[in-house]
Amino acid sequence: MKATDALLQMVRHRDAIRAFAERISTAAASLPQPLRIMEVCGGHTHAILEYGLDQLLPDKLRLVHGPGCPVCVLPQHRIDAAINLAQRPDTILVTLGDMMRVPGSRGVSLQRIRAAGADIRYLYSPLDCLTIAADNPDKTVIYVAIGFETTTPMTALLLEQAQNRQLDNLYIHSNHVLVPQAMELLLAGGGAIDAFIAPGHVSVMAGAKQYQHLVEKYRAPVVISGFEPVDLLDAVLRIISQINGGVAEVDNAYGRFVKTTGNDKAQQLVATYFEPHDDFLWRGIGRIPGSALRLRSAYGDRDAEVQFPECCPAPTEERPGNCLCGSILMGLAQPTDCPLFAVGCTPQNPQGSCMVSNEGACAAYYKYRRES
Amino acid sequence: MTGIIQLAHGSGGLESQQLIRELFFAAFDNPLLAEAEDAALIDGSKLAVSTDSFTVSPLFFPGGDIGKLAVAGTLNDVAMRGARPEYLTVAFIIEEGLEIDVLRRVVSSMNKELAVSGARIIAGDTKVVPRGAIDQLMINTTGFGTLIRDCNMRRISAGDHLIISGPVARHGACIFAAREEISIKGLMSDCCSLWPAIAPLHEAGLDIHAMRDATRGGVSAVFNEWAQQTGLTFSLRQDDIPVSAEVRGFSEILGIDPYVLACEGVFVLAAAPVDSAAVIDLLHRHGHPQAALVGTAEVVQGQATVLLHSAYGTKRRMEYPSGEILPRIC
Repeated sequence: MKATDALLQMVRHRDAIRAFAERISTAAASLPQPLRIMEVCGGHTHAILEYGLDQLLPDKLRLVHGPGCPVCVLPQHRIDAAINLAQRPDTILVTLGDMMRVPGSRGVSLQRIRAAGADIRYLYSPLDCLTIAADNPDKTVIYVAIGFETTTPMTALLLEQAQNRQLDNLYIHSNHVLVPQAMELLLAGGGAIDAFIAPGHVSVMAGAKQYQHLVEKYRAPVVISGFEPVDLLDAVLRIISQINGGVAEVDNAYGRFVKTTGNDKAQQLVATYFEPHDDFLWRGIGRIPGSALRLRSAYGDRDAEVQFPECCPAPTEERPGNCLCGSILMGLAQPTDCPLFAVGCTPQNPQGSCMVSNEGACAAYYKYRRES
Repeated sequence: MTGIIQLAHGSGGLESQQLIRELFFAAFDNPLLAEAEDAALIDGSKLAVSTDSFTVSPLFFPGGDIGKLAVAGTLNDVAMRGARPEYLTVAFIIEEGLEIDVLRRVVSSMNKELAVSGARIIAGDTKVVPRGAIDQLMINTTGFGTLIRDCNMRRISAGDHLIISGPVARHGACIFAAREEISIKGLMSDCCSLWPAIAPLHEAGLDIHAMRDATRGGVSAVFNEWAQQTGLTFSLRQDDIPVSAEVRGFSEILGIDPYVLACEGVFVLAAAPVDSAAVIDLLHRHGHPQAALVGTAEVVQGQATVLLHSAYGTKRRMEYPSGEILPRIC
């Protein structure tokens, strides 16, 4: 942990941060017009708010927050499915921590169902499901998988090991989604975004290559960034340099972890077990072609949606409420633009998905930036 | 309030506050309770009283065990009021099937911790409940002490210096890691009795305005409660808040804010600026070498909050903890 501390001292060093802020100011002075830069990833949104990085940027630069929070974009009918699955008899439902507090369409969360008696557990490594399934052979163990390219390989590995160990009581409910498809929708949708800060962990797995076609097609700079203040400011500076230089390319500013090709083994695992589909209605956004992953039909006996269809409601378009979540996820509005922000909508009583999840933009603003 | 009790109601944050204020305070309303301090002062006397129940899994953890926690935790609450902790009552609620040897180890640890403050257990109770009714063992302790100087949050005033006695979040991080079998070398609970560090402050006649041990909800809960109750804004310098390398690593891996994690041997103190250097010096010399001045209480326009200032000129809120502490997805 000493090594972690040493690294953090570099990437959070005040002199480095101030130096980057100054260079950004200087470079931004030659920008022909104001820039709207979207950070796609919810982790980036939180880092920007936590470190107050937007406070260091000149007015010409506006950071807008994207749809890269897996819980925020999860449609309610899929949350309902998780809740229904958890209430099956003799079932242990396992998921990642952030899923615990999201309410479904009836206003009830997994946390709440657990307090009422359901066996719901959260974990850090999906592979822990193997132990749970092995220790409880008379129970149905369902892993509600969620996340972008970062977490999918672990679900694939879980599936592979469950197959190898013949743990027939383990099922997967896949809610995995893909970043480039969402970025393309945003780019194709009207040019509100001039450049992207691309996600760090997603790119570790999928590689810098996955943004190449977007840059070529839409001529918008894409810079991959880490999650530290210096990383993010470096990414902003590189974006300005591209714009000032009249170029648009994929630039990897997170080279200490991200390769052009990504993690080959992880990608192979995912390709073996998953296939893209269109039935995932991104909350606040809607259908995005080929943007979600489901188990290949060869593994239908592991797929909770196939095995327990009575628990999984059909995809339905959601009626947007009074909140601006849809516009916020598309980068068209900031959390503080929403009339409900911190008034009718708080983390304890969320009205929209961006407030529900810890990774959501509204939750970040509420946590770090609320005035009252 | 309606619905059912969830784990968040016990995590020391907003939901706990709401439960206490809307249900318990509403029902048991009286001026002594309404002070909402770590320990209450019995009417017209110098007797400070506090009670606390302890449940922890695992029972034994790096840096302590449930027995040490049950003694130190309640004695610390008495000491936070500005009283000398002297007596404890103890109630053991034991699950059928617990090995007597385990109980013996817990009791022996309690004895050792009592000696640190020179306190005594003067009454007790034992209950055994059927297997499955609780998880192994729960302990309730009630502490009594004689007031030396009344320390309470109503005495905090604008300009007060804010001191944190040591690296934050070690107990919370240690228990979280132990429960989830995440091994982090060197990560230990800070569980300890604070009286040996606080007695010298009284002896030196320093005017301490308020003290709080930063248990559930961490330093964030303490500062936010102080802000709510005093109407002052607590302005903190982030880089001055001590965080150990192990806790920082833990927080980074799991995405959990160290300021909301529990301490069991670290406290927050507000004192007049003229006394703060002497307070820090005495804490340094009595077992808390990393005690640090972290900020000041201020009068600001608008709602009182807790603000965290970075070394590079930005600021943000330090949020009141809320909900169950859950790790992030990726």
